[in-house]
Amino acid sequence: MSKRRVVVTGMGVISPIGNSVEEFWSNIKSQTVGIAPIDRFDTTEYKVKLAAEVKDFDPKDYMDGKIARRMELFSQYAVAATKQAIDESGLDLEKEDLTRFGVCVGSGTGSLMAMEQAHDKLVNKGPRRVPPMLVPMMISNMAAGNVSIQFGLKGKCTNIVTACATGTHSIGEATRYIQYGDADMMVAGGTEAAVCPIGVSGFASLTALSESEDPKRASIPFDKERNGFVMGEGAGVVVLEEYEHAKKRGAKILAEVVGYGATSDAFHITSPAEDGEGAARAMTLAIEEAGVTPDKVDYINAHGTSTHHNDLFETMAIKKALGEHAYNVNISSTKSMIGHCLGAAGAIEFIACVKTVMDDYIHATVGLQVADEECDLNYTKEPECNKTVNYALSNSLGFGGHNATLMVKKYQ
Amino acid sequence: MLEKLTEMLADQLKMDVSEIQPETNLKDDLGVDSLDIFEFIMACEEEFDVEIDTDVVSEFTNLQQVADYLQGLQGE
Repeated sequence: MSKRRVVVTGMGVISPIGNSVEEFWSNIKSQTVGIAPIDRFDTTEYKVKLAAEVKDFDPKDYMDGKIARRMELFSQYAVAATKQAIDESGLDLEKEDLTRFGVCVGSGTGSLMAMEQAHDKLVNKGPRRVPPMLVPMMISNMAAGNVSIQFGLKGKCTNIVTACATGTHSIGEATRYIQYGDADMMVAGGTEAAVCPIGVSGFASLTALSESEDPKRASIPFDKERNGFVMGEGAGVVVLEEYEHAKKRGAKILAEVVGYGATSDAFHITSPAEDGEGAARAMTLAIEEAGVTPDKVDYINAHGTSTHHNDLFETMAIKKALGEHAYNVNISSTKSMIGHCLGAAGAIEFIACVKTVMDDYIHATVGLQVADEECDLNYTKEPECNKTVNYALSNSLGFGGHNATLMVKKYQ
Repeated sequence: MLEKLTEMLADQLKMDVSEIQPETNLKDDLGVDSLDIFEFIMACEEEFDVEIDTDVVSEFTNLQQVADYLQGLQGE
């Protein structure tokens, strides 16, 4: 069968720099860095002192208290972002066929926080004291499950887990579900809430995290002095809709998803392939699906984690995929402001791409100061607002060698 | 005992203590489901340092019955 067109009609964000798309995007434009000393637990014994935590989040703004009590934070973030996205889409859930409305919302880790607390009970008080709500609150599919329950969405409901590429794969796979007729509408995205002792110490032991104590010099993608990523958290959720369905109801179309590429490095459990081959192929597949040549790409929202390996190998991947055009394209990393939101990262960054094609505003890689001769592309030190952005790519690379790229096209 | 149980349940369900009387039906009046009951029973085990037979848990319909059962256990 021929592929159906897929458009974005609603978006929602819970992030370290704002708990709505409007606030998030306005803080992106003012180059606000949402990184600060960790507030959630005492870091005295930790080498890592900083994170990008969500602030002023009250689940009761989005759901009733009793329901919130049965959700871990990562599920609450997903439900909150979904509510914003469905509200913006203008979809009337009482009129739509909800068996054609699905959910594809993933989380990289589920609830490490719940595991941590339950394990403490197990060790100190015995197996009978492990909370009965542990399993239904901790397992990573519960973000998708809770979104489906809260909004009554009865179509295909899945949970893609590909570490730091989760959000991008979730939106890409949801696009496929609509393209090939499994659903007409999808809630898609990623969520994460892993800023807790076991989450931070786990990534710190891997030496993946920056130990900087200066919030302005911690998440500095493509800077020569970069020394690891800063953990972030939050959720990004979009409403995807089959084009004719959206047009028929007079929906405001924000952008079109025109390409999705997903590949594997088959190389290493934590390091991306050293020549960027897998990530390059993901970009190429997305560009090919869009039916354009690589020189049409105006902007790349990089995975850009601020680790030595990622930023170097992603730079090589971009050169491989775009050839000479790699030197013309604007590249930037949203992680310079919100850290690395793991499973939510790709979804929040996809939303940044949609805003970019809507506003013709390319945000900066904030804090980029010291040039690295090995990272020699245009990483957008200052915002670019004098360029029409028709096509944007959003890259994500996950532990395990999962690569995913989405391509967004301006809707006009 | 009953007062403490009321406080604990109100805290768990995020309700006001005035909404919970000894004879209030947990399921019909308070909307408590099986997961709530298990959570509450585990909190009781911890609070009163007892072990509650899981078979009797499903028979509790109000707090008075829980209090009677716990007093019976403590009397042993």
